[in-house]
Amino acid sequence: MSNHQNYDVIIIGAGSLGTPAAYYLAKSGRKVLVLESVPSVGQGSNKRAIGGIRATHSDPAKIRLCLRSIEIFSNFKETFGDEIEWDPCGYTFVAYTPREEKILKDLLTIQKSYGLVNDWYDRDEFLRIVPDLNPEGLIGGTFSPGDGSASPLLSNHAYYTHACEEGAEFRFSEPVIGMKVKNDRIVAVNTCCDEYSADIVVNAAGADAAEIGRMAGIDLPVRPDSHEAAITEPVARFLGPMIVDIRPAPGSSNYYFYQHLTGQIIFCITPSPNIWGTDINETSSFLPMVASRMINVMPRLKNIRVRRTWRGLYPMTPDGFPIFGWSPQISNFLLGVGLCGQGFMLGPSMGELLTRVANQELQPDDDETLGFLSPSRKFEGQEQLK
Amino acid sequence: MTDHRITEHPILPIPEYEEIEFFWKNQPLKAHKGETIAAALFANGIQVFGHHQKDGSPLGIFCANGQCSQCMVIADGKPLKSCMEPVIENMHVYPNDGHPVLPVVTQAPQMKPIREISIPVLVIGGGPAGLSAAIELGKLGVECILVDDKHRLGGKLVLQTHRFFGSTEAVYAGTRGIDIATKLEKEVRAIPSIKIWTRSICLAVYSDKKVGVLKDGKEYVLINPQILLVATGAREKFLAFKGNTLPGVYGAGAFQTLVNRDLVKPSEKLFIVGGGNVGLIAGYHALQAGIGVVGLVEALPECGGYKVHKDKLVRMGVPIYTSHTILSANGTDKVESVTIAKVNEKFKPIPGTELSFACDSVLIAVGLDPVNEFYQKAVDFGVTAFVAGDAEEIAEASAAIFSGKIKGYEVAKAMGLPVGEIPPAWYQTGEILKSKPGNIKEEDQPDLQAGVIPVLHCNQEIPCDPCSALCPQGLIVVDKKDIRSVPSFIGNNYCCKACLRCVAGCPGLAITLVDYRANPDKPIVSIPYEFSRETLNLADRVTILDTEGNNLGEAEILHIYALQANDRTLVVQVEANREIATRIAGIKVQAETITHPMYQYVDHMEDDTIICRCEHVTAGEIRALIRKGYHDINEIKTVTRAAMGACGAKTCATLIRRLFAEEGIPPNQVIDPSKRPLFIEVPLGTFAGENAEDEPR
Repeated sequence: MSNHQNYDVIIIGAGSLGTPAAYYLAKSGRKVLVLESVPSVGQGSNKRAIGGIRATHSDPAKIRLCLRSIEIFSNFKETFGDEIEWDPCGYTFVAYTPREEKILKDLLTIQKSYGLVNDWYDRDEFLRIVPDLNPEGLIGGTFSPGDGSASPLLSNHAYYTHACEEGAEFRFSEPVIGMKVKNDRIVAVNTCCDEYSADIVVNAAGADAAEIGRMAGIDLPVRPDSHEAAITEPVARFLGPMIVDIRPAPGSSNYYFYQHLTGQIIFCITPSPNIWGTDINETSSFLPMVASRMINVMPRLKNIRVRRTWRGLYPMTPDGFPIFGWSPQISNFLLGVGLCGQGFMLGPSMGELLTRVANQELQPDDDETLGFLSPSRKFEGQEQLK
Repeated sequence: MTDHRITEHPILPIPEYEEIEFFWKNQPLKAHKGETIAAALFANGIQVFGHHQKDGSPLGIFCANGQCSQCMVIADGKPLKSCMEPVIENMHVYPNDGHPVLPVVTQAPQMKPIREISIPVLVIGGGPAGLSAAIELGKLGVECILVDDKHRLGGKLVLQTHRFFGSTEAVYAGTRGIDIATKLEKEVRAIPSIKIWTRSICLAVYSDKKVGVLKDGKEYVLINPQILLVATGAREKFLAFKGNTLPGVYGAGAFQTLVNRDLVKPSEKLFIVGGGNVGLIAGYHALQAGIGVVGLVEALPECGGYKVHKDKLVRMGVPIYTSHTILSANGTDKVESVTIAKVNEKFKPIPGTELSFACDSVLIAVGLDPVNEFYQKAVDFGVTAFVAGDAEEIAEASAAIFSGKIKGYEVAKAMGLPVGEIPPAWYQTGEILKSKPGNIKEEDQPDLQAGVIPVLHCNQEIPCDPCSALCPQGLIVVDKKDIRSVPSFIGNNYCCKACLRCVAGCPGLAITLVDYRANPDKPIVSIPYEFSRETLNLADRVTILDTEGNNLGEAEILHIYALQANDRTLVVQVEANREIATRIAGIKVQAETITHPMYQYVDHMEDDTIICRCEHVTAGEIRALIRKGYHDINEIKTVTRAAMGACGAKTCATLIRRLFAEEGIPPNQVIDPSKRPLFIEVPLGTFAGENAEDEPR
């Protein structure tokens, strides 16, 4: 076993964040190595994302990052030449009780202050945006036309292709099994088959982030929980925006669905209480639970046929916000972890930010963003639109 | 419009039907009440049901089994799989061109909780293995639920009009598949501890050990079995060739379903790819249904199926092209011709050997794969599970019947029932029934041409023994210890009473009887015949053939027997010359004109071969990625959408693996795509309990 020393940056994880980060770092002239435990790119949680991309968050950091991501996704074809099935379909959050009405309306202030176009529509106006919604009991909802959707599979793979073109190296089926730390620096990264070192080591290991952290001797409060999703047959386009229903119900805190460019409905539910752990095997409770909730909100969906179900992991943090920035304990360990199930939409802009941090080329707004996502924060707040 | 129905059949009864009217593109058509939309359309000569959204190419029936979505139509506003849904009086059916429109629904339906049912044993699959297992369990009083996706039990047995091989003692050998199905169904339905759910398809085995079942095609139910017995049979392998998605290209199962179950004629002239038992038998079934069989290609130097099946087909006048492969199915909106070529020892086509044949259908029978995903999932999730029949190992239905019986006992034993040890001899019989065809021996010719003597044109070692039970004097003998040995006649020329039971009863139609008593120079030869009585007349001169299909000249028909005991096999007696009498093995049924190649071969120069027929992904696209270094089929899926379609990679996964093999990538370096539920697509409303019944009690 030899030690390969000639890298500037080692990224652990070729997923939602690691792959775009590899592209932006390599493009900036850095020599990048990506280590991935599975056989090909984006095969962890990335491919299990349903593809929604929204800036409709409740905090300035994610709003800012996702607005930038949307800019990248919406210009992807022009910039890179790849078809990633971007669709500026927008997001709607529906309100059937005064509770959601209040939450959604309260959030508008902060959302608007960061440049997000998002508005409240009363029932009848809202029904014009989504005619197939069940009008019974509907109060209204918010609609953010700038949000959209794309294929996580195609986007991540496109980033991979371009990262390779920029000279980034990827080693697949090569899990990281240990790290050597000396004087608070990672001096070597060991995989099943080799040893590597670099000036900077990036933890972009998604659901495995805490384990990777432990290898460097640090505790990261990242804990995966499991969400189940499904896709239907394709049908002619009938649904414009993503529909998010944040009403709690027995077994789930919210669920969401949209019609992808291929004509398929993709949907996912957030279990309540959380299902902690890394089990991604299919359960019998998912479909009955999500199906009745979806049909109650959109009766038209009752005839669409479900094609496939799957389960993916949300690497959660205590407050529901990502952990991003230099590790306070290990000086060359850059953390991009705990993306809380939003890695796909955060990936492009966070990949850029990660490159700026690594290259010490911060932009004016970056300090504020980094402050919100700081690894040394106290994790006291709570994300309202998880 | 011409009627494409089968109105006479030598084996299958043609039932009386109530006629109803339905509409195809607003045009009124006639259907039989209770038949599927697909059958009704086929009966009216309609075989293109829609066009693919990606490239506009025509779509039609492919699996006829509810597995793919190629046969989708829009019926009364809803997108439906036409092969599974019955046609209804005044139903308006339209082609599915591009993506269907989801019907508008304004009110949420009433939704009920999904029923959960606990049961000691759940049997998935009501074919030969599942039924036999359930019968054994039922005899022990074990409570079972048996689910099967079809309207009637029996699995593929219900499509088999031929008499079965195997052991008379163990597995009903000598009885026709359809009749075995009836017997097993009757037996299982008489057992009070077994609940039978037909039209009920298993959708998933979940990690919480529950099994999701779509009951009666509409109600979603979760079953909690203590023990799961998987008897889900096999699925057909497919083949990559140009034009393989054209309507008119079918799997053998689909073809047999249309012909033998639905009694429609999907074809006038059929070409068969694959010389295993499935392809050979399907050819025979086609001929019985009055469909011309233009030829059969087999890539190997010899057919892999039983020699008696091959001989039977050859004797009917079907040319078999061994060491040949299909290059393309040709046509614009459906199959119009097929092009084949000889292959070298590496199975590569040899340029210059191409031949084209006019035909309207191509039947693919290139092997089977076990449907074992439920068993795999059950094992992964720690469910106590057993697997029987083809789902465990591909073999003949007779082997599946016996395998089911053994597994039934194993389940009982696992439940702690006092069944004792399973006799080791059972496992031996099980293995014998599963064995592949063995050595071919020289055909014995009788030494003395006098008296009466049966001639056994059966010279390959296969597990089969009905002939030994047929002779009332016990003069035909098969080694009881190993029924794979070839039978022998142990009498002399003067002890056979010419009862003809062996002639009419041999499942391979491989026994003739030569009677020299009336005129030693012009003996009477009795030949089995399984075509309509109307095709022959007394005093007709017919072409007679030897075992291998060689023409022995003509002979005059003296008698035609159709005894009740013959079970629909006719015995035809011809007068023959002494020299050839013992070599006669059959009567030619098919005219040579149908099997002639076309003058010029048709070169199909359209798009590259389709590998994923759901998403229309070509071999070229996938091969390019393999050459770029892709080894993970999940990554190929990501980039091309291959394996993302309605069928869930049931068709393309093996073809993609074959492309890897062609590119020299060893199988252990190829990563298989992840397997996820559901088994078939099911409406969301079903999972929401739209059709749920109230909890009993």
